[in-house]
Amino acid sequence: MITSRSFFRGCLTLIAALSLVSCSKDDGSSGGAFSGDAASRVYVAPGQKDEFYSFVSGGFSGQLAVYGIPSGRLFRVIPVFSVDPEKGWGFTEETKPMLNTSHGFVPWDDSHHPDMSQTGGVADGKWVFINGNNTPRIARIDLTDFRTKEILEIPNSAGNHSSPFSTENSEYVVSGTRFSVPIPQEDISITQYSEKFRGALTFVKVDKTSGQMDIDFQLLVPGFDYDLARAGKGPSHDWMFMSCYNTEQANTMKEINASQNDKDFIIAINWKKCAELAAQGKGTIMNVDYAHNVYNDATHSATSTIKKQIRILTTADIKGALYYMPTPKSPHGCDVDPSGELIVGGGKLATVIPVMSFSKMLKAIESGKFDKEIDGIPVLNYKDCLAGEVVRPGLGPLHTEFDGKGYAYTSMFVSSEIVKWSLKDFKVVDRVPTYYSIGHLNIPGGNSTKPWGKYVIAYNKITKDRYLPTGPELTQSAQLYDISGEKMKLLLDFPTIGEPHYAVACPADLIMKNSRKMYQLKENKHPHATLKEADTKVTRSGNEVHVYMTSIRSHFSPDNIEGVKVGDKVYWHVTNLEQDWDVPHGFAVIGANNSELLIMPGETCTLLWEPKRAGVFPFYCTDFCSALHQEMQGYVRVSNGGSGQVTWNKK
Amino acid sequence: MKPLHRILMALGAVALLGLFFFPMWSITLEAPQYPKGSELGIDIHINNVEGSRPNDLDNINNLNHYIGMKRIEPDSIPELKYMPVIVLVLVGLGLLVAAFGKRWMILVWLGLLTGAGALGMYDFWLWEYDYGHNLDPHAIIKIEGMSYQPPLLGTEQLLNFTASSYPAVGFAFIALGGLLAVIAWWLSRQRTTTH
Repeated sequence: MITSRSFFRGCLTLIAALSLVSCSKDDGSSGGAFSGDAASRVYVAPGQKDEFYSFVSGGFSGQLAVYGIPSGRLFRVIPVFSVDPEKGWGFTEETKPMLNTSHGFVPWDDSHHPDMSQTGGVADGKWVFINGNNTPRIARIDLTDFRTKEILEIPNSAGNHSSPFSTENSEYVVSGTRFSVPIPQEDISITQYSEKFRGALTFVKVDKTSGQMDIDFQLLVPGFDYDLARAGKGPSHDWMFMSCYNTEQANTMKEINASQNDKDFIIAINWKKCAELAAQGKGTIMNVDYAHNVYNDATHSATSTIKKQIRILTTADIKGALYYMPTPKSPHGCDVDPSGELIVGGGKLATVIPVMSFSKMLKAIESGKFDKEIDGIPVLNYKDCLAGEVVRPGLGPLHTEFDGKGYAYTSMFVSSEIVKWSLKDFKVVDRVPTYYSIGHLNIPGGNSTKPWGKYVIAYNKITKDRYLPTGPELTQSAQLYDISGEKMKLLLDFPTIGEPHYAVACPADLIMKNSRKMYQLKENKHPHATLKEADTKVTRSGNEVHVYMTSIRSHFSPDNIEGVKVGDKVYWHVTNLEQDWDVPHGFAVIGANNSELLIMPGETCTLLWEPKRAGVFPFYCTDFCSALHQEMQGYVRVSNGGSGQVTWNKK
Repeated sequence: MKPLHRILMALGAVALLGLFFFPMWSITLEAPQYPKGSELGIDIHINNVEGSRPNDLDNINNLNHYIGMKRIEPDSIPELKYMPVIVLVLVGLGLLVAAFGKRWMILVWLGLLTGAGALGMYDFWLWEYDYGHNLDPHAIIKIEGMSYQPPLLGTEQLLNFTASSYPAVGFAFIALGGLLAVIAWWLSRQRTTTH
């Protein structure tokens, strides 16, 4: 994509720019000295493909966006936790169960942190996991067809923020609660926070082949706010590290009251040990309600099961598996370097970036010298575990990723910059501004044992004057920086959907080669599928009418239906008979109170339609499928009363 | 014919069996909607007509309904039933030529092979003509004077499709069979000339 010729051309432009505009400073504006060079670095010529896939959280949109890097082009928004009428997500009979919870149907959530499945500490391109923060859930997205295949609700959690963060071989994804609550829930005074509220840290087992998730055990820990997590790797493989704030256990005005302690904690969890104890039957079984929603590729339909029990481990059940490492003020990030030895904290209100040493932590545990205990969890000594501190890094360190070449990159929310520092001596070597207020950042593979350290991407909360204004609500943004050289260079700004929190990226070929082109019609096991036009029909039972319809370029079969009555529930089961790449068909009918259907080749989707008045009403294909797409339409006659004998035109 | 010549002749006959494993002819269809790498294709075997990729034949048949072309149904093409028999007969005769070791028989066999090939091509052309001209009068797209016969050999533009028709791997086995027979005939000439 970046050919040697375009690079050469870029270099020439760069030289010209430098000689002509020698006084221009690199302030990230469009006239910057590196703009010519930057343009060629992010230019993906028509018909060419990007080098990386990037999966960016949709934040309060509840979805997951798919971008190409370095171009910053948006390819797809995968509906996850929020309904999406464009794709029928949450509106079709098949997908409604995906958004079921113990609270009933929840049409929205706030998705923050995508994480890709890993094998041997390296992204493997199979699945993306992402958290639902508001009604605690974890979703699994299948990267062969870019669809959400599973959503698991997390009981006892009250805000699934510290999630999903996979272990080194995706043995587990984790869920730490952002809000501590009474567990089990009870009707008590909020002021009883410190004695009654607990934090739930849940370990969800992932099946190696199917990817299916299952809650293995849940730890009940002191009632703090659990924030972000990273699993260990290599030597620290058995451990999960999770940051927490509000160690003051404030229940009001947390802005102030949860910002009093000079140090909060990173909790180190020996998950391997916990899992062994759980397998031995340690702890207790708690009765809870949580939804487990699974989408079946063969039936093209989801089922939702309310599960009833989980295994709870208290701090007393797992002595020696949990430790608190003090970390400077109100930490967010908690990131493990590629070697698995260093754990980097990101204290939002801290003046340093603390770098903890895993081997020193083990020594401190062995020595048995603890500062104190909280609810049976030993608090290690900060200095005993410290590898070093990055001093004067900037303001508001949040999150750190690694380039695999000995450097770490930390986002600074308050001073709105990325700071590059050395893992050898913890000295800052470079800093670049971000526009504005960076939250997370991402280097492709930057959380893994083998980062592809070519770019760092900043995910910003505020854009102010960076784009054409769109009224009070402005786009949030990503910024792409080249980190192949000593100095970071801003290459590109691009807008994002919702709020981009975290993102994961990996080389495109890891995913491209497995990308599905269609669903096999002969493998379609949908109970209402119609696999050939000769089998199309309309049936009635009571006030339920089922239309077994097919679509193929460019007609529906049947396309004239009579005998529907006002007050009927009409289920349109539409099967797309195409077995060709990139030929979806749509289906829309006037007055539908839900959405359209968008049916992929070989797939069956169902729309429920409840006609309110008598007459003859059209339906049509919504996805431009062929030259005669406009003609792809039909009529349904709705009667007031009558026999209700359904008829249709048979081909 | 010395043993070497008989062996060459026998190998030439057996080479035709390659037709049971590889298509002898392929037609590919490229269009803006079916770019290189995603183009549609039909492979013609002695006993079957199938898509180059699993759904190609269905997709071609579906697209052809716009111009009113008949569906290509392998079951309705009788040639696909008796072509394998012809090939087997040629293989058997070739082996007999090798067994008898008479030089003139090679020429007869080559004549039969060429004749069968020529008849096959003529038959192929007839089918192409039929598909290309015998169109449904209610076709969606009708262009005065336009027919859709794919080329017998070569490349031609048919509306938005570029149709290319070329021999495939199986055809190479026919050529190989003929070539081996010619070599056998050529090498065996010395014995007859020195006497």
